[in-house]
Order: sequence, then structure tokens, then C-alpha cells
Amino acid sequence: MNNRNIVLFIGGIVFGFGLALGGMSKPEIVLSFLQLKDFGLIVLMGGATGVAFIAINIVPRFLDKPVLGGEFKPRTRTLSRNTLIGAAVFGVGWGLSGQCPGSAISSLGIGNLPVLLGIAAMFLGAYVMGRFFG
Amino acid sequence: MFPLGVTSYLIGGIVIGLAVSFVYILTGLHATQSSLFSSTLSYFSKVPFFNRKTYLESREWRLYFAAGVMLGALLYTVTISPDGFWSTSVQWWRLILGGFLVGFGTRLSSGCTSGHGISGIASLSTTSLYAVITFIGVGIVVANLMLILGVAP
Repeated sequence: MNNRNIVLFIGGIVFGFGLALGGMSKPEIVLSFLQLKDFGLIVLMGGATGVAFIAINIVPRFLDKPVLGGEFKPRTRTLSRNTLIGAAVFGVGWGLSGQCPGSAISSLGIGNLPVLLGIAAMFLGAYVMGRFFG
Repeated sequence: MFPLGVTSYLIGGIVIGLAVSFVYILTGLHATQSSLFSSTLSYFSKVPFFNRKTYLESREWRLYFAAGVMLGALLYTVTISPDGFWSTSVQWWRLILGGFLVGFGTRLSSGCTSGHGISGIASLSTTSLYAVITFIGVGIVVANLMLILGVAP
């Protein structure tokens, strides 16, 4: 395991801990947000984005490059029709099942084994996208 | 608006943000989730889309990251979780159909709740902002439609 993989593994542990602590690992919590019964996930997203904002926009002013090398590059994508169509399709799946990629993976850690069906289906969906629409 | 309070949501969010920051400051990588599906498929498929440079370069760390996410949630469950192990009552057909659309949609859109939602918005990407507004808006419509149709939870 090289240093980068160790960092990602530790970062993953913290990320997964936060998802479970914040309730997002439970599809029921996600659905209660989308059904407009509990707006807690806005708080979670806001907290996560706020902290990440500091790391992405302010830390690079004091640090030339990442500690292990490489470069600081904000995450930007070009807007295309696919961005929005894909987001809409994702929204249908999210509203239907309360699952998104990270929450589903962390859901395994809280013992939610039925989500394996969802993860397998996500791989299949990603395959169909890349194979026929990539 | 907040039947469960805001504390666990806020702390959970900050912890997630710290994880993203830790990875970014050390490696410059964006710790995002949905690319895992495409990058892992490159181990099994010769389809060019999965064998792009970005996926081949990231497929190893994405697996370490996903393993960590699973372990982190497990760690929470066996330490401070008030619930212990827990399982969903969302029906199997919703997990499968929803999962398929999530896998397809996030890859077509090049991002999910973490890629567009956390890293994209934190990078001030307008593309990600439009994507987030779209998937939250559509998600709200579909979730309420299910509610109206009497499908619970």
C-alpha cells in the first residue's frame, strides 16, 4: 500500500464515519429529506461543503502543492446536456430508493445488507452507461 | 423541519468535510464516490469508456477509499451508534431499480452527491451547482410521488 492509498483509506474511514453519524447511510433518512419531512441533510451537506471549501480555496494560498506531491486543482466540469440529463436520471433513482453511491457503500458498514442489491445495480447502471452511451 | 434535531447532521457533515479536506491537502485528489463504478469496471471490461486514463489512474485508490468508507461506518456502528446494526425497510425492487438509475445517471452526469454536491460546489463549479439543483429537484418530485402512491417508507 503506497502513501496515497493509505491517505485515501484513512480519509474513507473518516468519510464513512461521518456519513453514518449524520444518518445519510440510511435510505429512510434520505427519503425523509426528499419528502420534505426532515431538512437535516441540508445541514449535513452545508457542513461538509463549508469545510471542503476552506481546503480547496483557502489552504492552497498557504501551501504550494499537496503534501504528498501533485497539484491543487478545484473540481470543475464542463456543463453539457449529459450533465443535466444524468443528474435528472440520478434524481429519479435517488428519490425512488434513497440511495446514492457513497451512502450505499457506507450503508454496508451499518449492517444494511439489502443495499448490496442497490450497489450491484449501480455497477450495472454504470456499465450500461459506459458501454452504450460512453 | 428538524424532527431529529440538527446536531448529528451538522457534526456528520463536518466530519465528511474534514475527510475530503484531509485527502485534498495531502494528495490534491477529490475524494468522490461515483467514479468507483466506472474505474472498477476497467478491471473487468475492455470497453474504452472504462479504460480512460483518469479511471486507470484512480481505480486503485478508489477501492481503498470505498473500503475505508465501509469500515468507517462499521466503526461508528460498533462504537457510538445508538442503534447498532440496522437494516432498511425500503423494498428490494426500489433498491434495484433506483440503484440502476443512480449508477447510470451519476456516470452520465460525471458526479453524484459527493462529486457535484460537496467537491463541486466547494470548488465553486457552476456545472455542479446546476447538477445538484437538478438531482435534488427531481429527487423531491419522485420521493413525493412515491408517497402519494402510498409506497412507504
